[in-house]
Amino acid sequence: MFRITKRDKSSISDSLIFRSFGFAVGIILSMLLILLLGYNPIASIAALFDGAFGSLGGLRNTIKFAIPLATTALGLSIAFRMKFWNIGGEGQLLMGGTAAMFVSLIAGPNIPGWILIPSMLIAGIIGGAFWALIPGIFRIQLRTNETLFTLMMNYVALYLVKYLYHDLWRDRDPAKFNFPGIKMIQQQAVLPNVFGISVGIIVPLILAFLVYILIKRTKPGYEIRVVGESEPTANYAGMNVKRIMLGGVLLSGGIIGLAGAVKLAGETMTLTDNLTGGAGFTAIVIAWLANLSAPFILVVSFLVAGLEQGAQTMQLRLGVPAAVADIVKGLILMSFLGSEFFLRYRLVMTSVIGKNKRLHSQMKNHCDDPNVSDVSATRSAESDLTDDCAVRDEKAEVR
Amino acid sequence: MTRSNEQTETLAFSMRGISKTFGSVCANEMIDFDVRQGEIHALLGENGSGKSTLMNILSGIYRADCGTIEVFGKQRVFHFPGDAIRCGIGMVYQHFKLADSLTATENIMAGLSEAQVRRAIKSGNDVNEHDVISSLTDRDDSSIRRRRDRNNRMSDLIRGYSERFHIDFDPDKPASQLSVSEKQSVEIIKVLIRGARILVLDEPTAVLTPQETKRLFGVLRKMRDDGCSIVFISHKLGEIMELCDRVTVLRKGRSVDTLVVSEVDTYDLVEKMVGFKIDLQIERPEPDPERLECLRVEGLSYRDEKGVTKLSDLSFSTCYGEILGVAGLAGGGQKELCEVIAGIIRPTSGDILVDGEIITGLSPRKISAKGVSMCFVPEDRLGMGLVASMGMVENILLKEYSFQKGIFVHSEKAREKSSQIIEELDIVTPSVTHPVRLLSGGNIQKVILGREIHLKPKLMIAAYAVRGLDIQSSHTIYRLLNEQKEKKVSVLYIGEDLDVLLALCDRVMVLCQGVNMGIVDTKNTNKIEVGQMMSGTKLEVLKRGVDYVSNN
Repeated sequence: MFRITKRDKSSISDSLIFRSFGFAVGIILSMLLILLLGYNPIASIAALFDGAFGSLGGLRNTIKFAIPLATTALGLSIAFRMKFWNIGGEGQLLMGGTAAMFVSLIAGPNIPGWILIPSMLIAGIIGGAFWALIPGIFRIQLRTNETLFTLMMNYVALYLVKYLYHDLWRDRDPAKFNFPGIKMIQQQAVLPNVFGISVGIIVPLILAFLVYILIKRTKPGYEIRVVGESEPTANYAGMNVKRIMLGGVLLSGGIIGLAGAVKLAGETMTLTDNLTGGAGFTAIVIAWLANLSAPFILVVSFLVAGLEQGAQTMQLRLGVPAAVADIVKGLILMSFLGSEFFLRYRLVMTSVIGKNKRLHSQMKNHCDDPNVSDVSATRSAESDLTDDCAVRDEKAEVR
Repeated sequence: MTRSNEQTETLAFSMRGISKTFGSVCANEMIDFDVRQGEIHALLGENGSGKSTLMNILSGIYRADCGTIEVFGKQRVFHFPGDAIRCGIGMVYQHFKLADSLTATENIMAGLSEAQVRRAIKSGNDVNEHDVISSLTDRDDSSIRRRRDRNNRMSDLIRGYSERFHIDFDPDKPASQLSVSEKQSVEIIKVLIRGARILVLDEPTAVLTPQETKRLFGVLRKMRDDGCSIVFISHKLGEIMELCDRVTVLRKGRSVDTLVVSEVDTYDLVEKMVGFKIDLQIERPEPDPERLECLRVEGLSYRDEKGVTKLSDLSFSTCYGEILGVAGLAGGGQKELCEVIAGIIRPTSGDILVDGEIITGLSPRKISAKGVSMCFVPEDRLGMGLVASMGMVENILLKEYSFQKGIFVHSEKAREKSSQIIEELDIVTPSVTHPVRLLSGGNIQKVILGREIHLKPKLMIAAYAVRGLDIQSSHTIYRLLNEQKEKKVSVLYIGEDLDVLLALCDRVMVLCQGVNMGIVDTKNTNKIEVGQMMSGTKLEVLKRGVDYVSNN
């Protein structure tokens, strides 16, 4: 029988070992799946890596994917630090793109790029910030649940963009044979490419540095950390929690809006309802995998984008269905995340005393606090509420 | 051999060679713990000595790394708390687990299986057995009337238990309306009904008035005489001396000794508990004779968001160079009083003056700049005042960063200050950036006190400053507070332990549901008087009562 015990502390080398192990498990599971479906697993996985990092073109695409992911994750990390669960990245990205598109549409065809591009980016920031502000105000003033609110705001944004796409901003040029769609942005509004990579790449790089400094070194960053840790303490220290939270939410939304604008100006060049490509959600995973640390967000974004790009290559080269490529992505990410568990806990063999009647190895992870790990791995479903609470209460005593 | 056989027969349970480690921390190390049938056995030890771990092993929440448990002569392995309950072991926790909207009866019944109900009824002899079973086992029955009937019969059963042990409460009252001691009674009945013959009470008196404590002791003695075994976890020596038959002392995860209470005195127990002789006396230096007024509170009232009155028309004042204690039951308005003075919440009416200057309505930062300093140690220790994941430096910055120039936070000074505080208060921490959450309770409290003392306040509010601390750390804190008093700081000490309040403070104000029951001079009062005030009798009424008695 196994018991689950909390680890004291895991060293960096442990962390690397477990992470790679998790990654390897993900790859093996994927290969099994691919094999079951009758494709060549080794060639598929080779295509996955080769497509992502093997060629210059692949690498460019990976970076292209990474730009919005990293920027969005940086934005989210600020909100998450305040324990403001902003899962409205999708909506904020879309609104950032919409605002940038709006600027491009109202600007004449001859406005020079050095005016147009910054205005579009600024509009993007405002758009994203506005979209985060709405749930933010409700949360701060009325204590509504920001998780649901930001999630719902995604759909509002999505259908708003659909409406713009199909109706209000529809390009009615006869040359388009009445296909729905919005005009392309002006030629001079497109972000220039350097070495085949959009200059948008500097946005997450600069932002990562700024966010790092903001959080670690500045007063607002310090306040954000304190508010996230404990609102009563922030109040006690005389901080204006509402103001700080509002500021943080605006910043978070603004950065994500900027990501939308950069993607629009650097990649898609027009507004579609598929502008985000799911980046708003993937970025949540990235922010957590990176432990909300700005430099790590860059690294993790790059890797996750590589997975994205590799999956596409796999699909193209071997004709693996798109859905399978998605499952492979999911399996690898999930195993990678799952390795986190082994970083915090370890399994201990216990001698079997007495009758080994019920072997539920279902571990109930009651609280966020890792200290509660030592609830023996076997707990019956019938153990009543009281006992669960008891465990929770005793956690403080463990030390 | 025969002797030991005899012993096992009368043992309620026996834990042998229990060890348990958490990571690298050894919480229990080869502990032997025997409790006989029909005795009240105290488990004494400082915080972190392994009491709770041991009891959690006994109740099936944790599993021991090694060791055996025998209950009523049979070796048992507990996989789940349910196993322990089935063996007749019942835990009554310090924090009650009751659903507020349900009645006492419903709370007691929650989670009971029919078999358990039947067993409960079999042992509860005052009730008409057949009726209860038939109504309780009638499963298809969904009519409200029948269900109410079923509840009524359960209430009767519970009344039976209450009468048997002289526990006093109304089983049909919603839990939200029960008093703290009634809630505790509900918890006790809850485990009794589940067939417990061994009760474990985790610091049961921490939340009670002296009168309620007395009542509880009565109940426990009655249960002992009925053959139940009771494990009484406490670090209040007086109570152990008064109530218990035997005592097992734990120190640093090991069991030091098991003693017969009538053969020892408190000094022996303390020595066993901490490992060496210490002076239990709390000093009380003379207060500053000038009695200059520092804080004045006039007609202070506060209603919370839900409209519940937490403070009502409170007036008092504190002097420089004295410690004014605040006594009262948990939730009597102490927390709100602190927060109102510190500016965290705004009073509904009334004024607060420091040095004759009104500070009501100022921001916490401005109030802090006027020399009012508060260290509040909440129940979870870290909720207010400290940021758990940050180190000392960043926690010290909490009170300073806003006065720094520019947008960046400068931590150099705070770093120096941290090292200074570490040295002065003897704080054990690997480094000034080590997250305070990982420090021991005593050190955490020293960090917050050290920070506040370094702000050189005029008025220092110390709320629950010794919460959860061991004897030595507590005494360090008392000494620190006395030092402040001698430096002519006005100290407002909000405490839980009446003995300490009476020993440490110069005057004690008693709050009951936000009302000032009166301020007594600790030189001429006693626990009984304060206890009566805590449960709602005003000082004037008490005095009048005394006059009345003496006049007649």
